[in-house]
Amino acid sequence: MEDIVYREEILEHYKTPLNFGKPDKFAISSRQTNPFCGDEIEMFVEFEEKSAGGATIPPQGWKIKTIGFEGVGCVISIVAGSMLTDYAKGKTKKELTKFSQEDMLDLLGIEVSETRKKCALLAFSVLKECLV
Amino acid sequence: MKNYKNDFPIFNQNSKDKQLVYLDSAATSQKPRAVLDAMDEYYKNYNSNVRRGLYPIAEIATQKVEEVRNQVARFINARDASEIIFVRNSTEAINLVMNTWGDMSIDMAMDDVIVATIMEHHSNFVPWQFLAQYKETAFVVIDITGEGYIDVDGMYKKIKNAKILAITHVSNVLGTINPIKEIIKKIRIVNPNITILIDGAQAVPHMKVDVQDLDCDFYVFSGHKMIAATGIGVLYGKKKLLEEMPPFLFGGEMIREVTVEQTTFANAPFKFEAGTPDIAGIISLGAAIDYLEDIGMEIVKNHEKELLEHAFSQMEKINGLTLYGPKDIKDRSGVISFNIKGVHAHDIAQVLGDMNICIRAGHHCAMPLHKHLGIVASARISVYIYNTKEDIDLFISGLKKVKEIFKV
Repeated sequence: MEDIVYREEILEHYKTPLNFGKPDKFAISSRQTNPFCGDEIEMFVEFEEKSAGGATIPPQGWKIKTIGFEGVGCVISIVAGSMLTDYAKGKTKKELTKFSQEDMLDLLGIEVSETRKKCALLAFSVLKECLV
Repeated sequence: MKNYKNDFPIFNQNSKDKQLVYLDSAATSQKPRAVLDAMDEYYKNYNSNVRRGLYPIAEIATQKVEEVRNQVARFINARDASEIIFVRNSTEAINLVMNTWGDMSIDMAMDDVIVATIMEHHSNFVPWQFLAQYKETAFVVIDITGEGYIDVDGMYKKIKNAKILAITHVSNVLGTINPIKEIIKKIRIVNPNITILIDGAQAVPHMKVDVQDLDCDFYVFSGHKMIAATGIGVLYGKKKLLEEMPPFLFGGEMIREVTVEQTTFANAPFKFEAGTPDIAGIISLGAAIDYLEDIGMEIVKNHEKELLEHAFSQMEKINGLTLYGPKDIKDRSGVISFNIKGVHAHDIAQVLGDMNICIRAGHHCAMPLHKHLGIVASARISVYIYNTKEDIDLFISGLKKVKEIFKV
């Protein structure tokens, strides 16, 4: 399995993750830790549409304009955060609400063991919380 | 250095090129044939419930279980076998004390203080934190020094008005062996009314423990970390305390007499052992103690010390590797936690795992301690009697491979 998880391009991805950092402007943020190892990921989301007149819950049709994440984690959790935030950009809240755990594992494209699924799904779980 | 691997069937089923290197005994230990056989013998030859059947196999089972109780009492030098209560594991033992002694003794009106340390495993931290919240009383946490020792001076101040101190004998992360005997001696001078519970999960498997010499009130440990089966653990408690405590779980085997109106309870230890116990587990614990005593706890301790030194001296030389806990090997038991700069602990463990080298990564159920150390996770090796220097060498070459892959 090592050849799959720790191949060169994955490690490069880990060292230079996409959308890493806190954007200047964001409407929603959420933070979660993985109880299995203490890793944490915080995600920041800004929608394309202007938050109009005090609506606190963004409607389903709104698209994500900016998304970023920060945190500490292993290769799988950081790469998952990187890939997921990149995937989410420009997608509507509705599209992302339909996005399932299986979709996340497919997107990651790395074979993960049962115990490492918690790492693979940490960013996913944070994004879901942002979309509630 | 003697090789004990042949006694442990798990090590005999691997091909030479991918032999099992098991360095996670602080999580759970492997089991020798003698332990597996003892359990097998019970199920095959005298499987029956204890303390009720009046036929020969039930007599044997009952007798075996009580023999193990005596054996455990001797092993940790309890004054009396009735001070030995069979539970599932250390966690259950601590919860038993928290629920019975804790509920009975902690009083908000009296400003009772509950004290634990920052190096506790969650199992000896969360129950006390919960009890303090439930009783609306103070929960005080003792610090550690930069080197990973208990801050003893701070401790003597903090326990002055404490009702209970919960402290581990050996840290499952730092490997620190706390000087429990000296600590208890001094504490009893500062605060004669305190009750002291020792978490011995990482101590009893690795060194000679004498509960009378330590003078603790409660001492807990798990069988599965000392080559016995999972599902069996021990609570030792001073007789006087056990007699005062209310029962924990209610049901069969813990009663003296039941009428429609009222129930009277059996004496300790049976008062705390409701329901059918883990008979096979208890028998496995007896066989495990036999095995360890046959080798001798002093030899077990020295065997691990030698492995620890072997690992330590090589790990110190690895660039970017941080070791946690005391530098002085004589203050440590067989656990080494570490991190490699630029590589997450999970990734270290997975690369090694792919080589069939089993180590632990994460917070090892000690989140407050990791926070205190300023890290989210660490990697950990832990050794036992069946480990060899070759295991350590394979682990070290695994670490080199990790560094290669991650280019650090």
